[in-house]
Amino acid sequence: MSALLRHRLTWPVLALVLLLLLNQLFRADFLSVRVQDGHLFGSLIDILRNGAPTILIALGMTLVIASRGIDLSVGAVAAIAGAVSCMYIYSSPDPTSLRTAATGVAIAVVAGLVLGAWNGFLVSVIGIQPIIATLVLMTAGRGLAQLVTDGQIISVSNDSYQAIGAGFFLGLPISILIAAAAFGVAGLLTRRTALGTLIEAVGINPVASRLAGLDARTITWTVYIFSGLCAAVAGLMISSNVTAADSNNAGLYIEMDAILAVVIGGTSLAGGRYSLVGTLVGALIIQTLTTTVYTLGIPPEATLVFKALVVIIVCLLQSSRARTLLGRRRRPVTEQSQVEVAV
Amino acid sequence: MSVLTRTPAPLDRSRLSRLQGRARYAPTLATVGLFLAMFAVGAAMYPGFLSGQVFLNLLIDNTFLIVLAVGMTFVILTGGIDLSVGSVVALSMMIAASLLQAGWNPVAMIALVLLTGATFGLLMGLVIQVFEIQPFIVTLAGLFLARGLCYVISVDSITVTDPFFTSMAQARIPLVGKLFVSPGVVIALLVVAVAFYVLHQTRFGRTVYAIGGGESSALLMGLAVPRTKVLVYGISGVCSSIAGILFSFYSLSGYSLAATGLELDAIAAVVVGGTLLTGGYGYVLGSLAGVLVLGIVQTFISYEGTLSSWWTRIVIGALLLAFILLQKLFTRKVRLT
Repeated sequence: MSALLRHRLTWPVLALVLLLLLNQLFRADFLSVRVQDGHLFGSLIDILRNGAPTILIALGMTLVIASRGIDLSVGAVAAIAGAVSCMYIYSSPDPTSLRTAATGVAIAVVAGLVLGAWNGFLVSVIGIQPIIATLVLMTAGRGLAQLVTDGQIISVSNDSYQAIGAGFFLGLPISILIAAAAFGVAGLLTRRTALGTLIEAVGINPVASRLAGLDARTITWTVYIFSGLCAAVAGLMISSNVTAADSNNAGLYIEMDAILAVVIGGTSLAGGRYSLVGTLVGALIIQTLTTTVYTLGIPPEATLVFKALVVIIVCLLQSSRARTLLGRRRRPVTEQSQVEVAV
Repeated sequence: MSVLTRTPAPLDRSRLSRLQGRARYAPTLATVGLFLAMFAVGAAMYPGFLSGQVFLNLLIDNTFLIVLAVGMTFVILTGGIDLSVGSVVALSMMIAASLLQAGWNPVAMIALVLLTGATFGLLMGLVIQVFEIQPFIVTLAGLFLARGLCYVISVDSITVTDPFFTSMAQARIPLVGKLFVSPGVVIALLVVAVAFYVLHQTRFGRTVYAIGGGESSALLMGLAVPRTKVLVYGISGVCSSIAGILFSFYSLSGYSLAATGLELDAIAAVVVGGTLLTGGYGYVLGSLAGVLVLGIVQTFISYEGTLSSWWTRIVIGALLLAFILLQKLFTRKVRLT
């Protein structure tokens, strides 16, 4: 029992379950899932579908944070990805074909990889602090997206493209299938190979990991490229869901949601230990929280206040000081202070 | 005599140290140089650019950013960051507009807004200090909270019709010739002057620099590190609420979506102004120069009618990058010598 209480996923999962039950109390049909028009339909499916971009970006963010970094530019990268793909589809001679949609998607993915590589270059080669390095793209990125779309909201009507964010496959939303696939691949690559341990090693102590013979630079570079890729695909989902590229609002504040999901999931912002499943639960909590606000009839504008309160409470609970005050786990405090002295 | 002939060695060293002393100003001087160069280019390209009023308009249009950058300088000097400033500006504007609508006395209202900003900042500082959470994540929560509170106050834009505010918006303080500034400029420059005094002439200011230089060393020296770290966020909060009031003078309304992304501009201004993001080095006057550089970028874009507004963001991003790289170079040089 105490082992269960101490497991780092216990509290996030409990919070998620409580949130879902709270919704069920206020809306009797909340947890029901039925089949309509050949696919699953219901609030739970909506949560999955709307949460897919956040889940995907949070996945990339988890690995970046595990390497003691942070990627603030994901929202801007998502906007750029949506902008380039919609612009390509919009200006192509055959804007409704599958081929055009596929090329647009490919362009967006390449853009995401390039932007991720740019962040990785600034962090790993030039050696700029991650917050600052990605701040550059966060500042300039939306400008770039507007440059691509010439400041307009570009609407496209391409069924194949629309399927990414709004389509269904085997009764499930395609967006959540993409996110699940990305999770599966990332999980296999980092947990079934040594890659995850290497990322954690870089996050715990970059210098020591380099001295131990790790190519810390390549690993850092890789996580930022992966984050860029996730952000680009999420950007495709967002723009495909509304069949338009909105450079100003696509993915606005999504970096905050992603970081929040990672933190709720129990990954330490100080780098090192990370949990992909925790991030998944964290992202679902955030999406459910947004839905809860609607269900309870609270003005949707107040969502931000709730999110802020959740971040504060979660961070306070995670801080070593609070744990000391609660009277358990005294040792991590001394460990941390030793690390600080060592740094 | 032989003693005198041997003097070149120490002389060299003193020259070196003097160079290092001057090198501390290098990033800030680079900013001032950049500003003057941009102004010169503007004067060469556009008729009517080279006028005192164009320069003064830079101040008039950026009063709130100047004040924000001042508060941000304090925080960044300690090695922290405050992402909440844009939202606190919007919150201050919303409180101001809604209280004026409810018939409050402007002076009482301004006092309450400043108190709110200070409390907001101090609370964030306390959480950062007491619970040892990264400033970045705490102020991020602050960003959400303040922005959310704006929506709670009102989703719609509230117009300010208070006679004091409208008179402040229209007031022009004449200078020599036909030049003029707005009352907001006077307030903003006053804030800069006070910040300059506090940073360079008080024990508090020295502690701020010491924390940025090395927190554990500052602690071992017996400086009031915890108190100072909390207070800088309080200062940033006060500056944000002053900026909110100045923004209200400028826009005569309160709107929940106002000042989005202003925190990025403030951070960019501070970095472009030569303050090291790792803390310890930097000047509040540099941040003022940083704001002027960002302002002149905007002026350029409005003078050049063909360039669209999004170029502002791209240019600010590029400037940010250039100055970060410059800082990187500069800190590496210092370490080598």
